[in-house]
Amino acid sequence: MRSALCLLAAASLAAPAASAQIAVRGETVYTMSGGPLRDGVVLIRDGRIERVGPAASTSIPAGYRTLQAKVVTPGLIDAHTVVGLSGYLNQPSDQDQRESSTAMQPELRAMDAFNANERLIEWARGFGVTTIHTGHAPGSLISGQTMIVKTSTNNAEDSVLAQEAMVAASLGGLARAEQGKSPGTRAKAAAMLREELVKAQEYDRKHEAKDLHLEALARVIRGEVPLLVSVHRANDILTAIRLGQEFKLKLVLDGVAEAPLVLDEIKASGYPVILHPTMYRAYADTENISMETAALLKKAGVPFALQSGLESYVPKTRVVLFEAAIAAANGLGIENGLASVTIDAARLLKIDNRVGSIEAGKDADLALYDGDPFEYTTHCTGVIIDGRVESEAAR
Amino acid sequence: MQLRWCLPLILLGGIVFAQESPLAIVGGRVIPIAGPEIPDGVLVVQNGKILAIGPAASTAIPGGARRIDARGKVLMPGLVDSHSHIGGIDGGDSSVPLQPDVRVLDSINVRDARIQKAQAGGITVANVMPGSGHLLSGQTLYLKLRDGHSIDDLLIRDTSGNIAGGIKMANGTNSRRNPPFPGTRAKSAALVREQYIKAQEYREKIRKAGADASKMPARDLRMEALVEAMEGQRVVHFHTHRHDDILTVLRLSREFGFRVVLHHVSDGWKVAGEIAASKAPCSIIVLDSPGGKEEAKDVSFITGGALEKAGALVGFHTDDGIVDSRFFLREAALAVRAGMSREKALYGVTMANARILDLHKRIGSLEPGKDADFILLSGDPLSVYSHVLETWVDGTKVFDRSDPKDKLYAVGGYGASHDQGEAIFFVEEVE
Repeated sequence: MRSALCLLAAASLAAPAASAQIAVRGETVYTMSGGPLRDGVVLIRDGRIERVGPAASTSIPAGYRTLQAKVVTPGLIDAHTVVGLSGYLNQPSDQDQRESSTAMQPELRAMDAFNANERLIEWARGFGVTTIHTGHAPGSLISGQTMIVKTSTNNAEDSVLAQEAMVAASLGGLARAEQGKSPGTRAKAAAMLREELVKAQEYDRKHEAKDLHLEALARVIRGEVPLLVSVHRANDILTAIRLGQEFKLKLVLDGVAEAPLVLDEIKASGYPVILHPTMYRAYADTENISMETAALLKKAGVPFALQSGLESYVPKTRVVLFEAAIAAANGLGIENGLASVTIDAARLLKIDNRVGSIEAGKDADLALYDGDPFEYTTHCTGVIIDGRVESEAAR
Repeated sequence: MQLRWCLPLILLGGIVFAQESPLAIVGGRVIPIAGPEIPDGVLVVQNGKILAIGPAASTAIPGGARRIDARGKVLMPGLVDSHSHIGGIDGGDSSVPLQPDVRVLDSINVRDARIQKAQAGGITVANVMPGSGHLLSGQTLYLKLRDGHSIDDLLIRDTSGNIAGGIKMANGTNSRRNPPFPGTRAKSAALVREQYIKAQEYREKIRKAGADASKMPARDLRMEALVEAMEGQRVVHFHTHRHDDILTVLRLSREFGFRVVLHHVSDGWKVAGEIAASKAPCSIIVLDSPGGKEEAKDVSFITGGALEKAGALVGFHTDDGIVDSRFFLREAALAVRAGMSREKALYGVTMANARILDLHKRIGSLEPGKDADFILLSGDPLSVYSHVLETWVDGTKVFDRSDPKDKLYAVGGYGASHDQGEAIFFVEEVE
C-alpha cells in the first residue's frame, strides 16, 4: 500500500506536461521577434506555441483555457547561474558548485549534481525565469561543466536543453587557489590553463586511452563546447581573449566588470559576453563595476546577455528579472532589457530554436505580469513552461 | 588651458557652511512624510533648517531667496538607514564575545567611497554599526552623511554635546564560534545575562556611593556602556533572525530594561503579534532571495507588510554591503510589492528610522524647524526608473547627479570604489 502510494506520488511529480490547450491574452505581448503586440493572443497546444497574433485576428478556439495578463513576455532565460548546484541554505551539504581539491576539473558534469527541486529554482521561476544556464561556479581555474535546463517542476530529462553547455573557467583574481595551492598568481593561472589546453590538443591528435579530463577539454579545443571564462579586471579580460585566440576557442566572456575599459578589444574579438548582475557588489576585481555597462555593450554592438551570477552569502541568488530591470533603468531601456534575458540570451546559448521569443513552433514558455515587468511593484502573475501552467501565484 | 596639480576639490567642498540667504525648492511633487503628498509644493530652507513647507499657492517665498526649479521632480526627506557598515569600519576583535567598550567612532574612514555611494542613494543619516560575529560588538554611531574632513564633521550631538549612537548585539548563529565565544543559543543568552547582571551590580555600587567618591567603583568602560543601555541612553540594536531568537531578545530586553530595536527579523512575520505587543521597533532588510545562511532561510518580501498589519513600527536598513546603499529605496518598493502600504514603506525609510534612532525631532520628515535634509528624485521614489538627482544635508548639497564626478558614485565605473581624496588628480582648470 505504502509503495503504491509512493509510486503514485512519483508519477504525479514526474507527469509530463499536460497537453492542455491554453490561450494567453495580453494587453502587451513582447514577442521579441518584432515590436510589442498590443492586445495580443498566444495560443498554446501540446507544449508548443501554436500561433501568436492580435486578438482582433486571432480567435481563441473552443476548449482553450484563457489566461489574461497586462504584459506577456517569453519565459525569461538566466544566462548564467549556479542554482541547483548551489543550495539556498549555504551549508556544506548543499554546496556542490565548486570542488576545490584541484585547480582544473573539466570532467565534472553539472547533471551529476543538479537538484531540480532546489528552492532557489522555484524562487526564480516565480518571477518568470523558465530556462537557466547553470553549473559549476566561477572561482577555480576550471571548475567543471555547465548545463541548460528548464525550471519546470516536471523533473523529466527532456527539460534539459544542453547537458554539456560549456566548460567553466576563471582567470584573474577569481582563479587564485586557496591556501598556497596553484595557481597563486594571474600569470600562473594563464600558464596552467595554456599547458592544459596544449595537453588536450595532443590528446585530441593522438587518441590515447580515454581520459575524462582531457576528453572534456578536447571538446573545447575542437570548438564543440565553448569555454566560459569568468573574468573581471581589464587585463584579465585581455588575457582571456589572448588565450581564446591562441587556441582558436569558442570563448564566452563572463562577468567582465571592467568591460568598459577594453570595449574595443572585446568587440574586435567577436566573443559574446554574459554580463555580471547589474547590482553585483563592487569589491576586489569588481570594484569598478558599473550599472551602465549593459547599455554600453548594446550601443557598441557586442552580443551579450544578463545573468544572476554566483552569490556566496546573502542573498544566495539574485534574480535575472531584477538585474535586467536595473540595467533597463540605466540606459538599456525596456525592450533591450527584456532581450538581454530572452532572445539575446537564447542566441548566445544557442537555444533560440526552442526558446527566447514567442513564435509559432517554439516551446510554450511564457511569463505573465500585471504591469511593466521591470517595475519594483509589478507582480509576476503566471508562469508557463512547455505549455504547462507552473504557477499562478502573484509574486 | 593650463594643466595643474590640484588637491581633490571634494576635500575642500566638505567645509562649506549652510547658505545665509534662504533657498526655495519650487514646483516639485513633495512627499513630506508628515502629512499628505503635495502635488505642487515649496520647500524653503535656511541655515541648515527647514523654514517652511507647503503648497505653492499658500506658501510664501521670502524675498531674496535663491530658487531651485523642481518641476517634474519629486522632493522628499533625506533617507535614514538604521543599519549600515559604510566607512570601512571595524568593531570588536576575536578576544571575547561581548565588547561594549569598543567604539565604531575609533575606526571609521570618512573618505570611504561607500559614504559617497550612500549619498548617491539619497541617504542622509546612517546608523553605522560595528560588524558581526559577536554577542555584543560595540558602540554604534548615528552619522550625518556630510562631506567630512574627519569623523567630527559627521557626528550628531545632542544639546549637551553627547554623541548619538547605540549598542550592537546579536544572537542566533551569528556569534557562535569556538570558546570563549558561545557554542549554542542557550549559552549565548547565559553569557549576555551574566554581563548585564554585572552591570546591574556596577550601577548599584555607583548609586550607593552617591556623592562619596571614596565608595565609587573603579571606572569600567564596558560596564559604563551597558549601564547606558539599561538606562535607555543607548538603544540596543539587536541582530536576530529566527522566530525563537527574536523572542529571546524580547525576554532579555524585559529582564534588563534595555530599549531594543529588532534588526533583520527574517522570521518576524511568524511572530509579528508578539513583536507588536512588545512595542519593540523593527529594522528590516529585504533581500533578493531567501537563504545564504540557515537563520535567513525564510526571509521574505512579506515581512514589512506582516509587521505593519500587526501594528509594529517598521524601518528598513541596507546592512551595506549586504544591500548596496544605492538600492535602499528598492527595498521599500519590494515590500510594497508584497503587501506593505506605500505610506508605511516610505515612512520606513525616513521617519520610522528617525524614531528608531531617537532623532525624530530633527530628521525624518519635511517640517518647519527640522534639519534641511532632503532629496530630489527624477520620479516616484518607488519606481525602478527613478534616480536620485540631488542629496542635501543640513542645507548643503552633497550629491548632484548632473556632476560627472558624483554620477560616478551613483552608477559605478572606474574609480568609483576608490577612497575620495586618496589620489591627486589632474584638472584642466582651477578657478
